[in-house]
Amino acid sequence: MKKSTQRLSVLKTYKLYIGGQFPRTESGRYVAALDANGNKIANLCLASRKDCREAIVAARGALGSWSQRAANNRGQILYRIAELVESRKEAFIAELQQQGLSRSAATRETNAAIDCLIYYAGWCDKYQAIFSTVNPVASSHYNFSVCEPMGVVTLLAPASPLLGLVSVLAPCVAGGNTAVVLANEKRSLSAISLAEVLHSSDVPGGVVNILTGSYAELLPWIVEHRDVNAVVYAEKDAAQLPSLRTKATGNLKRVLHWPLDDWQQAEVQSPYRILDLQEIKTTWHPIQQIAGSGASY
Amino acid sequence: MPTKKNKSTLPRLRLGAGWSYAPAPESAASARINEQYELFINGKWQKPAKRAYIDSINPATEKKLYRAAVASEQDIDKAVVSARTAFDKYWKKMPANERGKYIFRIARLLQEQARELSVMETLDGGKPIRESRDFDVPMACNHFFYYAGWADKLEFAFPNRAPRPLGVAAQITPWNFPLLMAAWKIAPALATGNTVVLKPAETTSLSTLKLASIIEEADLPPGVVNIITGAGDTGAALVRHAGINKIAFTGSTAVGKLIQQQTAATTKKLTLELGGKAANIIFSDAPIDQAVEGVVNGIFFNQGHVCCAGSRLYVQESIAPLFIQKLKDRMATLLVGDPMDKNTDIGAINSAEQLEKINYYIRLGKKEGSLHYESAVALPKKGYFCRPTLFTKVAQSSRLAQEEIFGPVLAILTFRTEDEVIEKANNSPYGLSAGVWTDKGSRIFNMSRRLKAGVVWANSYNLFDPASPFGGYKESGYGREGGVHGLLPYVSF
Repeated sequence: MKKSTQRLSVLKTYKLYIGGQFPRTESGRYVAALDANGNKIANLCLASRKDCREAIVAARGALGSWSQRAANNRGQILYRIAELVESRKEAFIAELQQQGLSRSAATRETNAAIDCLIYYAGWCDKYQAIFSTVNPVASSHYNFSVCEPMGVVTLLAPASPLLGLVSVLAPCVAGGNTAVVLANEKRSLSAISLAEVLHSSDVPGGVVNILTGSYAELLPWIVEHRDVNAVVYAEKDAAQLPSLRTKATGNLKRVLHWPLDDWQQAEVQSPYRILDLQEIKTTWHPIQQIAGSGASY
Repeated sequence: MPTKKNKSTLPRLRLGAGWSYAPAPESAASARINEQYELFINGKWQKPAKRAYIDSINPATEKKLYRAAVASEQDIDKAVVSARTAFDKYWKKMPANERGKYIFRIARLLQEQARELSVMETLDGGKPIRESRDFDVPMACNHFFYYAGWADKLEFAFPNRAPRPLGVAAQITPWNFPLLMAAWKIAPALATGNTVVLKPAETTSLSTLKLASIIEEADLPPGVVNIITGAGDTGAALVRHAGINKIAFTGSTAVGKLIQQQTAATTKKLTLELGGKAANIIFSDAPIDQAVEGVVNGIFFNQGHVCCAGSRLYVQESIAPLFIQKLKDRMATLLVGDPMDKNTDIGAINSAEQLEKINYYIRLGKKEGSLHYESAVALPKKGYFCRPTLFTKVAQSSRLAQEEIFGPVLAILTFRTEDEVIEKANNSPYGLSAGVWTDKGSRIFNMSRRLKAGVVWANSYNLFDPASPFGGYKESGYGREGGVHGLLPYVSF
């Protein structure tokens, strides 16, 4: 009960983020998000199998234009996300504190997440030059290999609620992939708040889709789905991996394990994480072999 | 011969009327084939623990060629242990440039014994001597030569990283390019400092066993390369062995998926090079005669036993009748027969089992309502042979257009627009390779960008080079072989 002189605070409704919209779960189910002391903070959507499917459809739909967007533009959008997280920094810190982090840990986490976004913003138009090759083949062909995004990637967000999430999301979308994120089960609030930032950062709808819900329930659907190309699992504990790899065999999804617990470490940020979610495509093109081809001018 | 008269009165080649090629057989004498082969473990030829052997026949004559040991779990354990010992004792400690020199040495010895290797490859697998002599063997030599040079330069391949070898690599190769696939596997593994246990396919072990003797001759430290022979059970046991750090498999998608499942609970690093159903796309502005050659090369090279074979042909509707006519005319000139004959274009199907699989798909295609056509070439009485075959009026959903046949059978479909053909071409669980034929450069690069395939050949097909990465998207597997990218599957950071 509030005292009559106090203003009634407005509670936030945390929803899913699918295809650039914030729907409630189609299932109508919810789960309470609790703070470190077990007090209720908010109601979260308990996403369903159908929500997963909707998210994958949205991610597939967004892939074409996102992957073919100018690399420079992708970089600008990632930078824009960083700008907006920075401008809402206090809100992110407060929310992290609500989820049990100390003020200083929450500040460190938020700062590192912003810097991580800026780091990958800069990579968008550079990794291609690092990992592509022109191959000196023996025949008369121009032959080159370039990186292409794998496609729709499922990200199982790690426990670090903001930094961990950004550390797997940024290299994924920087490389032109689209993502379906399953927010960490224990600390999901920051993921949805990040979605609100993404929504106002020129990230096209469907490029990032974020679901909250039960891992045990959703994992089979999200990993077995035939229209997902890769899965990133980013907990140090490898216990889930065998089941993930087995479920991924149906369409031979690439299963990446980024075994980290301390997302503040320097080596967490690396263009090799972008490369992990790229296919290498090689093109052969003939070179004409007439008219002065042997001349030494 | 064509059934319908074509409006554009093309000049016709009239074969079979009054002339034929004189035989030009390569001598089998240059290959010294033992009656029986043992396992090459720890630098020595060792009898299999269970004294079991398996016969390998020449698919062109159906006569027994040799018998090879069947490795059991006991033998595999011995091989893995010796590879581990060799890794710890020699290979890991050896200066990288010395390691490279051993690989160069293998390349040179292969070149010196190229003829014998080609003859062995053809006798054992049925591929035309022209292909084993001009493609398989030289390409295998070049692969060793290419990766040899990487051994002491690895830090340049991975900017800002110090690559480390994984340890013992288990490698399983298929029967379509036995020696070449062994080279694709062994060369990068050795260059990156790993040791190897390799199992070739049971129908085509000969050239790999010869490679083992070349490695013996090159005086590599014992156990750095171990060659074990046997069938599927041997391969499965090798995959299961707890002592390996890496699996590189080339073969069918079904087996590749099994391997991913079987290794799911392990830390074994896995790369898979699996099946394909490549789209070969002909636009109306393509140089038609060149494109016909490319299509023939794409589907009939190595009897169509090629994972990247251009087995789905998409012809733009406006040129389809002319193109198919020209293709049929060209097919009429293809010689099917004795693989040892230098004139032969299409050799023997690798095994009775594979021939049955191809014939199953031919029957299926007819049943599904597609129009069957095959050349009129006479087939030898003995051996496993198949005429070059094509199907027209194939539906996108037909199994002929969706499933890998691995034989000289082409499914022809048509299209009108670029968007349509991209959608059709990408509508496949596979994504290994594709071909695009057009006169327009910008179209080539647009197509190349939008086709979901690991290799795209523009106005060309079935080209390979040690410097050029090869490998698939989607269910064609993961990891690359060849080039800088081919080093990545064998290192950790």
